[in-house]
Amino acid sequence: MNKVVSGADEAIRDITDGMTLMLGGFGLCGLPENCIAALVKKGVKHLTCISNNAGVDDFGIGLMLKQRQVKKMISSYVGENAEFERQLLSGELEVELIPQGTLATRCMAAGYGMPAIFTPAGIGTEVAEGKEVRNFNGKDYLMEMAFDADFAIVKAWKGDTMGNLVYRSTARNFNPVMAMAGKITIAEVEELVQPGELDPDHIHTPGIYVHRIFKGVDYEKRIEHVTVRNKQ
Amino acid sequence: MLDKQGIAKRIAKEIKDGYYVNLGIGIPTLVANYIPDTMDVVLQSENGLLGMGPFPFEGEEDPDTINAGKQTITMLPGSAIFDSAMSFGMIRAKKVNLTILGAMEVSENGDIANWKIPGKMVKGMGGAMDLVASAENIIVAMQQVNKAGESKLLPQCSLPLTGVHCVKKIVTELGVFDVLPEGGFRLMERAPGVSVEEIKQATAGKLIVEGDVPEIMV
Repeated sequence: MNKVVSGADEAIRDITDGMTLMLGGFGLCGLPENCIAALVKKGVKHLTCISNNAGVDDFGIGLMLKQRQVKKMISSYVGENAEFERQLLSGELEVELIPQGTLATRCMAAGYGMPAIFTPAGIGTEVAEGKEVRNFNGKDYLMEMAFDADFAIVKAWKGDTMGNLVYRSTARNFNPVMAMAGKITIAEVEELVQPGELDPDHIHTPGIYVHRIFKGVDYEKRIEHVTVRNKQ
Repeated sequence: MLDKQGIAKRIAKEIKDGYYVNLGIGIPTLVANYIPDTMDVVLQSENGLLGMGPFPFEGEEDPDTINAGKQTITMLPGSAIFDSAMSFGMIRAKKVNLTILGAMEVSENGDIANWKIPGKMVKGMGGAMDLVASAENIIVAMQQVNKAGESKLLPQCSLPLTGVHCVKKIVTELGVFDVLPEGGFRLMERAPGVSVEEIKQATAGKLIVEGDVPEIMV
């Protein structure tokens, strides 16, 4: 049960043109930085990327957008990326904007083996167009399908060689639900430890969901908006 | 007339002891500054945190600890971290008592538009659609007129909707309005120095004024 690979290049070796990828993170927080760098280096194209945001111009998924590797983005908020906006308005990039809770829950449904979920988010808006509406107890709900992704790529704080993962602070965000949702899940971690070193009671993602794991290097962990207060 | 801080201060008076509150980006974020220390209020940040604290001291920023606006923040004793699915689970299940968010337009039947201007701005809805579809108590903080001097309290929204029949209360630079279940903006309070006539001029939707309308006390 050793899932350890040498690094990001080996972890993404069989990701090919046209695949659908989930990428964990919220803004620039909890991003699988090593795998994104490896995907940029490998140059795979026509990807569909499911991720809450699209990074900024020179960090995160923004790096893949710059190389025109992304055919379609499925996100909830993309406001911080000028190159993204340019590709979207020029029609080079296909974009599906969906509510953040719907995004998270469609991941969760995949990981829980459920084909679809019902949510009130988007009722009465353009998000509801073409979707089945069901009324439960007098309230309308949209049927939203579970995601079907070839790979899920997540970032955790610690992991063991069996793939058990622990996240840190709000870098958790979409990572646990995406980890559950990929046909193949790749986890990059800051600390890779031996089985037994993580307390079973404290594991956020059980290793059964994780297929490949490696210790990431050189994390930049860029902060999007540094906000501080004075000591007085 | 109220400035942004004044709007935030007035909205803070709607928060009750024991509330779990979600604050949107912009003016709503400022509301946190006016919650009295004597109250036990827990702030929810939809990226996965209950118990959002103030900004960190300089040099103590943690890139792993941010709010939904991607700003560096701190946690408090009793804070809890969870994933994005659970975050919207607690929103959908109505565990969050109050949602405060900004808007570009609100209609007299409580529809809200705040995520897209076709051909101009495409940023996305983030968590706003989930919040307005499930929250029972939604307060909108907004400017009542846009830069062109046009009212943003309308008979019907012209921009793509975020949610329908959901806004209950609006606080603007000019006043406080309840959105009535049968439709219409009922003027509850006037901003200091603002007349009912001025508010009428700045309200394109159905405005309901009953009796003497008191000034906002902030």
